[in-house]
Amino acid sequence: MAKILTSSDCSLCVEFGNAISEEINKQVRSFTVAAEAAGIEGVTELVPTYRSVTVHYRPEVIGYARLYEKLSRIVNGLQEAEIPPAGEIRVPVLYGGSHGPDLENVAKLHDMTPEEVIRLHTAPVYLNYMLGFLPGFCYLGGLDPRIHTPRLTTPRVSIPAGSVGIAGSQTGIYPLTSPGGWQLIGQTPLRLYDPKREKAILVDAGMNMIFYPIDEAEYERIRRENYPEEYAEGGDRT
Amino acid sequence: MITFQKKGLLTTVQDLGRIGYQRYGMPVCGAMDHYAMELANILVGNPRGEAVIEATVLGPTLVFGEAEVFAITGGDFGPTLNGQPIENDRAYLAEAGDTLALPMAKAGARAYIAFAGGLDLEEVMGSRSTFLKGGVGGFQGRAIKEGDEIGLRAPCEDLPDLEDRAVPEKLLPPLQDHVTVRFTYGPQDDLFSAAGKRTFAASEYTLSDKSDRMGFRLDGPAVERAAGSDGNIISDGICFGAIQITNGQPIVMMADRQTTGGYPKLGCVITADLPLLAQLKAGDKVRFRPVSAAAAQAEYRRQQQALAKLEKRFAVPVEPQEALPLSGRFWVTVDGAEYDIYIEEM
Repeated sequence: MAKILTSSDCSLCVEFGNAISEEINKQVRSFTVAAEAAGIEGVTELVPTYRSVTVHYRPEVIGYARLYEKLSRIVNGLQEAEIPPAGEIRVPVLYGGSHGPDLENVAKLHDMTPEEVIRLHTAPVYLNYMLGFLPGFCYLGGLDPRIHTPRLTTPRVSIPAGSVGIAGSQTGIYPLTSPGGWQLIGQTPLRLYDPKREKAILVDAGMNMIFYPIDEAEYERIRRENYPEEYAEGGDRT
Repeated sequence: MITFQKKGLLTTVQDLGRIGYQRYGMPVCGAMDHYAMELANILVGNPRGEAVIEATVLGPTLVFGEAEVFAITGGDFGPTLNGQPIENDRAYLAEAGDTLALPMAKAGARAYIAFAGGLDLEEVMGSRSTFLKGGVGGFQGRAIKEGDEIGLRAPCEDLPDLEDRAVPEKLLPPLQDHVTVRFTYGPQDDLFSAAGKRTFAASEYTLSDKSDRMGFRLDGPAVERAAGSDGNIISDGICFGAIQITNGQPIVMMADRQTTGGYPKLGCVITADLPLLAQLKAGDKVRFRPVSAAAAQAEYRRQQQALAKLEKRFAVPVEPQEALPLSGRFWVTVDGAEYDIYIEEM
């Protein structure tokens, strides 16, 4: 059963468990969808994570006791609530070469070919448990244990946005250029995060993600099309 | 337009922050001291959440390109206008060519400059605040540099009762280098031992020089974990003021904090006391006192009411629009032909 905890004088934390599991995360998503639909006045923001939802609110609009009661009611009604299925996003990836400088290394480490790594990486449907760390950064679950790979011993100073990497049992995409120690196996031309776009971040918590391989020409084509006219003001950004 | 001659230590554009995007991993950002920021806006007749300039310890020097009403709040940086000392918490008129300087913090750590009519900067994801790490918002997504120019959205040469626009003394929190802030327990206080909690509430902590807009690191007695806790949690959300314990040492998460994290949180500083914390400098001392969520919210509401009352007092009256009468007789000319029209309410 969910616990409703105080996380500050302006937020409550609805906690569904204490593990990384698809079952718990499903409840997190259901609650988020239901709480959003309830449109409680004074609630400003819902932040779903692996196993909990932080509910931010304005105490001058709704007090602790009344919000607690409303949230309990939503939790108790989750069994019967109709929650639409989570969406899915397909992410094109150009594997290897300068876009995935560690692919060869990762393959060698696991005693397989780069093609085998790509096959194993594109096979699963990953669950995006949550976003955090950086805007648009997805915590994906479902990486094949055969390609779990330790981080680089010396992190890179700058990893280009869109880089797809592996760190331990995790795989993910760098939404913006930043330092990091993930083993980079490819790069996506999709911009998961673009603060100037109307939908700044493409992926929601609870969504499924699938990677598929593309070639250089397709990479360039998608990259170009990622800059529709309204964003291309001020010159050609490709 | 305002032009920066000196940039100061860390001068950024801030407002109430980006609300609604934490679920996508986007930090809220915004002013470190919301209360001071809102007071500054109230003094110049702006909406309370209008973007302002936040100065840190060493303030900027700027020149006005046109006449403009402005106000400074928060830390006392010994401000001067054309070399003449001016006061915090009071609205002033600068003439075109005037120079405003905020040399350095004598008390407090952060000052706010509000400009009547606001700064002419684009909103990104609903906010003008600067997200330094992401290079987004504010002025070109970065801290102010020498030579930067920011336009004024609606420069304002006069406001009603300009000389009376000052914050009453009783609404100003004292600027001290020793503060006690209140906090509420949760959401992971059960991961700390009773002795650990006692230590935290009974000890004095020193603000480390490794503190920044993301978090305030505190040096002091270690907070003991409960038996069975390894000092980590499965990541969950982080609030403004959350007291995260890393290797026994508290870090209070501030405006630029990450949205989620994997360290347990003993509690959260109450919203009404965050301004006291935001005005601390490295080396300053802080103590923590637990209160109930209900007490915290009562304090929060008191503060909000005080701001709302002051806002009402200094609101700039909108010129009453001459309303068209709902009924009457009108003479209208259309293409040279005159019409006599009667309108009656049904």
